[in-house]
Amino acid sequence: MKMNKYTIAQLKRGEKGIIGDFSTDVVPVKLQEMGCLPGSEVQLIQFSPFNDLLYLNISGSFFAIRKETASLIEIANAG
Amino acid sequence: MPEQINVALIGNPNTGKTSVFNQLTGLNHKVGNYPGITVEKKEGSCKLPNGLKARITDLPGTYSLNVTSADEQVVVEHLLEKNSENFPDVVVIVADVENLKRNLFLFTQIKDLKIPVVLAVNMSDVMVRKGITLDIELFEKQLGTKIALVSARKGTGIDHLKKCIADYRELPVNSTIGLKEIDSEYFTELQKAFPREELYRLWLKHTQNFDYTNHKNVAVQNASAKNGFPVRSENELKRMQQKETIQRYMFINKLLDKGYKRDISAAKDFRSRLDRVLLHRVWGYVIFFLIMLVVFQSIYSWSSYPMDFIDGLFASLGEWTRNTLPPGALNGLLSEGIIPGIGGIMIFIPQIAFLFLFISILEESGYMSRVVFIMDRFMRRFGLNGKSVVPLISGTACAIPAVMSARNIENWKERLITILVTPFTTCSARLPVYLIIIALVIPEKTILGLNLQGLTLMFLYALGFVMAIFSAWVLNKILKIKSRSFFIAEMPGYKLPLLRNVAYTVVDKTKDFVVNAGKIILAISIVLWFLASHGPSAEFKNAEEIVHAQTENEQLTGEELNTAVASHKLRHSYIGILGHAIEPVIRPLGYDWKIGIALLTSFAAREVFVGSLATIYSVGNDDEETIKNRLAGEINESTGEKAFNFPTGISLLLFYAFAMQCMSTLAVVKRETMSWKWPLIQLFTMTGFAYIVSLVAYQLLK
Repeated sequence: MKMNKYTIAQLKRGEKGIIGDFSTDVVPVKLQEMGCLPGSEVQLIQFSPFNDLLYLNISGSFFAIRKETASLIEIANAG
Repeated sequence: MPEQINVALIGNPNTGKTSVFNQLTGLNHKVGNYPGITVEKKEGSCKLPNGLKARITDLPGTYSLNVTSADEQVVVEHLLEKNSENFPDVVVIVADVENLKRNLFLFTQIKDLKIPVVLAVNMSDVMVRKGITLDIELFEKQLGTKIALVSARKGTGIDHLKKCIADYRELPVNSTIGLKEIDSEYFTELQKAFPREELYRLWLKHTQNFDYTNHKNVAVQNASAKNGFPVRSENELKRMQQKETIQRYMFINKLLDKGYKRDISAAKDFRSRLDRVLLHRVWGYVIFFLIMLVVFQSIYSWSSYPMDFIDGLFASLGEWTRNTLPPGALNGLLSEGIIPGIGGIMIFIPQIAFLFLFISILEESGYMSRVVFIMDRFMRRFGLNGKSVVPLISGTACAIPAVMSARNIENWKERLITILVTPFTTCSARLPVYLIIIALVIPEKTILGLNLQGLTLMFLYALGFVMAIFSAWVLNKILKIKSRSFFIAEMPGYKLPLLRNVAYTVVDKTKDFVVNAGKIILAISIVLWFLASHGPSAEFKNAEEIVHAQTENEQLTGEELNTAVASHKLRHSYIGILGHAIEPVIRPLGYDWKIGIALLTSFAAREVFVGSLATIYSVGNDDEETIKNRLAGEINESTGEKAFNFPTGISLLLFYAFAMQCMSTLAVVKRETMSWKWPLIQLFTMTGFAYIVSLVAYQLLK
C-alpha cells in the first residue's frame, strides 16, 4: 500500500474500510448527518459510468457522492 | 381536554411517510401550499380510538433539523413556533426498519425539543425476510417513546399507531443527549440567558439562520453578544455541530448494538443485482432510453380513446345547451364561451393523468435516483447536476413542482442553471397545443411500427430537452458564480410502487392542474367570448345588412350566408380589431389574426391556446363540431390556404416549444431565486428565441 493518503476515492469496488479523522470544514455537515463520521464503516458499492460518482454504503446508509468529496475522507485502516 | 390535536408527521425521505399519511387519513386529505411559499403542504384528519380528532400534517422529508433547504426550513419552523396554532401536540416520526440508524438521528433531534414523539417503524413486513429483530421494550425505554410497528404497504399496525397517538399525554419528554458535554461554558451561559427555553431549541435557533441559496452561514448570532454569553466563530459552531452529531450517533449505536439484530446472510441481493444492470455503463443508458420511449408512446396512444370521447361529449353538450336554453346572451356565453373553453382543457385530463402516473411510478420505485447516478457526469459537462434530471423529467408534467424539486441540488450555480432551463422541457400545458397541431399537420402513418404522430411528439420532447441542455451549457459559460461543488444523493432501496400512493398522486395533481388551469380558462373564455361577440362600430351592428348587400349578386345558400355574416361580425368585433392590430408582427411566422389572439391569451398560460381557439371559432358557428374539425376547416383569410397547414403548424409547434408562456412558473422562479432578474431574463430570451426560430422555420417551409 502507498504511503500517501488513502481515501474513500481509492477504495476498490466492494472494498470496505473504516473512516478516519477528518477536519470539519472539508466534509459537509449534511454528509456527517448521514452517518459519515470518524469510525464508521464504509463500503464502495459501485462507480458511476465515467467514474464520477461513488455509490457508498456507510454503516447501512446508501448514497452517492462525487469523487472529489470522497478524496477528502481518509480511511483509517483498509480491510 | 381539547377535541382536536395536532399531529406532525416527520421522517427521512424514502421512508414511506406519505404512505403512512395516506393510511391514516385515507381520502380525508387535501394538498395546499404553505402561505407565501410554494412548499407543498399536505393535511388530513382521522379519528382516534379515544374519540379525539387528529389533524395530521405531512411535513416534507428531511434528514436533519439543521436547515440547508427551503423544505427543511418548513419542518424546523413548524417545530420551533411554539405559539402557533399549528404547533404539534405530538410528532410521529416515520422510520424505515432497514435504515433505523439514520432515521433515529432525526428522532433524537426532535426528542430534544421536548415534544412528545411516537416512533412509527415502517416496512415492518420485511423484518422476517431481512433477518431483522428489534427489542421494542428496550427501545421504548431508552428513547422515551412508544413504538408502533407498521406496514403502510400491507396496512398493518395503523390501529396501534392511532392508539399511541391518542395516548400522547403519557409519553415522557426527556432529552436524549447532553448538549452541555459538547461545550459546557457556551451552553451553560446560553441557558442562563434564556432560562425558560429548552436548550436544544435555543441551539437550533442560533444555528438555523442559514442562507440556503448561497450556502453561506450568515453571521449567526450577533444579537447574542448583547445577552452576555460567549460568541463562537462560524468554524467553532461547525465543530460543535459535528460533536453533537457524533454524540447522537454514539447514543444510537449503543442502543442498536443492544436491541437491533440483523442477520446479514439473509437475502439482500436483489438491490445489488438490479443496480448492476440499471447502473451499467451501456445497459443503464439503453434501459433509460427505452423507458422514456415507452412512456411517451403510451401517453400518446393510450389516451387517444378517452380524449376523443371527452371531445365529443363537450361538442354535444354545447349543441344541447344551444338548442335547449332560450336564445340570448346567456345561451351564447355558455354554448360559445364557457363550454368550448372548458372542453378545451378537460380533453387533456387523460394525458396529464398518464404523465403523472409514470413520473410517480419512476420516483416511488427508486429508479429516479439511479437515473441521477448515471446522468451526473453527462449533466456536469453542461453546468448541471445529476439531480437536475429530476426537474427535467418532472418538468414534463409541470414546471412549477419541477423548479421546486431543484431544491435538493446543493450547489447554487448548478441549481440556478437547472431552474432557468427547466421551463424548456415540454410540460403538460404544451401537450394540448402539440396534440391538436400534430393531429392537424402530421399524417397518420406508421414508420417501423411506430406511430408517426407519436414520433413527432417524442421529437418535440427531445427538442425541449436538448434546448434545456444547450442553454445550460451557454449559461454555464456566461454565469460567473463561485460556489462549492458538493453532491450527495441518497440511493434508496427498490420498491414496488404502492398503488394507493400512485393513485393519490395522480388524482391530486390532475385535479390541481384542472382546477388551476380551469379558473384561468374560464375567466379568459368569458372575456374572449364577450370581446368576440361585441364590436364598437356600425360594421359590427349592421353586419347582416352589409353582408346581404355585398352578396346580393352571388347565389348564396342560407348556410353560406350565415357563415359570411358570422365571419364579418368576428372581423369587426373587439377581438377582431385587436387581432388585426397584432397581425403584422405574427404574419411572418405564418399565423393569421385568430391564431394571434390565441397566442396573446396564452401568455398567461399555454394551455389556454386550444380553449381560446375553440371559443373564437365557435362564436357564430352553429354546427356541432369537435375542436379538431373546426380547426381543420379554418381558412387563412390573407393566403386563402388552410389556416393550419404544414408550415404554420411547424412554426407554431416550435414557438410553443421555446417560448416562456406561463405566469405561474415565472412567479415560482422569482420565489426560488429571490429576485425578479432571473424570471425576466427567462421571459425575454426564451420568447425572443422562439420568435426567431418560428420565423426562420416558416420562411423556409412555405
